[in-house]
Amino acid sequence: MTTTVADVNDAPSRPARTAAAFSPAALLRSHGSLLLIAALAVMLLVWAPNSLSVFRLGNLGKYCSWALAAVGIGLAWGRGGMLVLGQGVFFGLGGYAMAMHMKLEAAGPGRVPDFMELYGDSTMPLWWEPFRSGPFTLFAIVALPALVSFVMGYAVLKRGVKGAYFAILTQAMAVAFATLLVATIKQTGGFNGLNTFTTFFGQNLYDPAVQKNLYLITAGMLIVCLVVVWQFNRSRYGELLVATRDAEERVRFLGYDPANIKLVAFMTAAVMASIGGAMFAPLVGIISPSDVNATASIMMIAGVALGGRASLLGPAVGAIAVGFGQSALSERFPTNWVYFQGGLFVVVILLLPGGIASVGAKVRDLRPRRRPAALTVTEAEVVA
Amino acid sequence: MTASFRGEDYLEVGGLTVDFDGFKAVDGVDLTLLQGRLHFLIGPNGAGKTTLVDALTGLVNGTGRASFRGHDLLGMKAHEIVRLGIGRTFQTATVFDQLSVVQNLDIAAGLHRKAWTRMRARRRVPEVVEEALETIGLAALAERPAGILAHGQKQWLEVGMLLVQDAKVMFLDETVAGMSSEEREQTGALLQRIVADRTIVVIEHDMEFMRSYADIVTVMHGGTVLAEGSVAEIQADPQVQEVYLGTATEVSVDA
Ligand SMILES: Nc1ncnc2c1ncn2[C@@H]1O[C@H](COP(=O)(O)OP(=O)(O)O)[C@@H](O)[C@H]1O
Ligand SMILES: [Mg+2]
Repeated sequence: MTTTVADVNDAPSRPARTAAAFSPAALLRSHGSLLLIAALAVMLLVWAPNSLSVFRLGNLGKYCSWALAAVGIGLAWGRGGMLVLGQGVFFGLGGYAMAMHMKLEAAGPGRVPDFMELYGDSTMPLWWEPFRSGPFTLFAIVALPALVSFVMGYAVLKRGVKGAYFAILTQAMAVAFATLLVATIKQTGGFNGLNTFTTFFGQNLYDPAVQKNLYLITAGMLIVCLVVVWQFNRSRYGELLVATRDAEERVRFLGYDPANIKLVAFMTAAVMASIGGAMFAPLVGIISPSDVNATASIMMIAGVALGGRASLLGPAVGAIAVGFGQSALSERFPTNWVYFQGGLFVVVILLLPGGIASVGAKVRDLRPRRRPAALTVTEAEVVA
Repeated sequence: MTASFRGEDYLEVGGLTVDFDGFKAVDGVDLTLLQGRLHFLIGPNGAGKTTLVDALTGLVNGTGRASFRGHDLLGMKAHEIVRLGIGRTFQTATVFDQLSVVQNLDIAAGLHRKAWTRMRARRRVPEVVEEALETIGLAALAERPAGILAHGQKQWLEVGMLLVQDAKVMFLDETVAGMSSEEREQTGALLQRIVADRTIVVIEHDMEFMRSYADIVTVMHGGTVLAEGSVAEIQADPQVQEVYLGTATEVSVDA
């Protein structure tokens, strides 16, 4: 059994042993992916705001918030081999944290959110109180998912749970989370979730300029997270993560604890999903259990699979594409969209496990190959 | 450590037993592995050699004692044992095929790095990696993917990975099996070059190779230690000859 590490970002490329490594060609090889991120940044941050209506921009912002979760999934699943089927939980932690803050902003100082007067006795649970503070809310959006994913990841990964068992556990977490939300109508708005926000950190949410800014923040965060993952992938940690995915026991005999390596990726993915959720709430104007439950979690995965889970841009582009598809098709075939989506997922997994990002390599593979077999680009090797 | 410790590492194994649901693959093994010696571990297939190494490196659970630098190895996790300075290779080479030779070595050298420094990309090849490349004779192939290496070269790369992780005790499980006689000689010379400040345990079937390079030999059979001594002592041992039956003549033939 000879183990393979399929896709360390610059796998066939070389580390800078010689001066030649600083040549333009080598620079392109090591930093070329940044150009792709830059191209996406121009599209999202320059072209889109100048070409799309505020309504379309809002939709694109929603897809970008899903893409944020997808970028994290690309790291955890594509690079780390952890099939995270419950990212809705972390999306929800960020989304609800932000929504709570906006509800309290809308209620005004000393007042309680409207739904608590409607469903309850107008008393607010104590744990809502800190979310009156904007800075605390921002802190919580990062710290909450980091803490939850650490506790859960530590418990699960240190025990060596992996593969389907890991996937089922994360999925169960999403089911439990959504169930809990539905059951706590007086504290979380229950089935309806939290909605009817008026301001976002003092800015009027009905103002088109503010809506545009919301979009720009979301798209900007997406670009930032892509750069973070790019650095992860090219770092020594990135090599280790892929090595762990492909040969966990071998990595253990290099003196690393595979659980720690995976935990970092899992926590990073959780924080990115949370940031996505935090932007989703003001962009869409609502966050409810159906945005964070098991179905929503699977939708987040579907985009990643479509785009190419191990590639850099694949997950983000796939998530945005699935978002578009959902809007376009669900308007025309509201009841059948979910079948389209399921079918797409199955087709991609069966026929194109490397996602859209691997199409180029597939085509190249069809041509007679000149390279030795050991160098054959594998499905996951394609790096956008 | 005991008072007799004089700056020399040694691994002390006492009464080591590995029980697979009632079947004792290793049964009360006593063994002392000293620094600076090429210690050969031989025995017929199924003697328990690999299982013994598995127990000492945290892959299977064993009972008894196994102490190194004041730590009891039997209670430790595999990666902790590696961090203590005990490394191993596997019967089948397990290098990362898609990574270059340098990347393989670099990833192995990383365990002594601070965690946060791993967030940076590799800029230049660390000195230990360069040194190891020279030692294992793969400098010319440094940038090639490990997957294209010949069988023997992969095994050398594995030894190089142990070198960069600064393993003070190396267990080499059938490293020269399947090598050409020329490669065996090179491997023997390599091991002699690096053994001075470490303990190397070589699991081997090849008697010729053993005769040429062993400083001390332990013979295992049925999970127990049958005999221990110099090559000459082992070859003269009637019990050993009996165990090897078919190969008894080969064992007793003088080099
Ligand atoms: N995981 C296991 N479960 C049960 N029996 C095992 C296991 N691993 C090894 N054995 C048995 O233990 C004995 C010793 O095996 P091993 O240590 O691989 O021998 P050697 O390396 O000396 O050829 C063999 O009889 C083998 O079948
Ligand atoms: Mg064996």
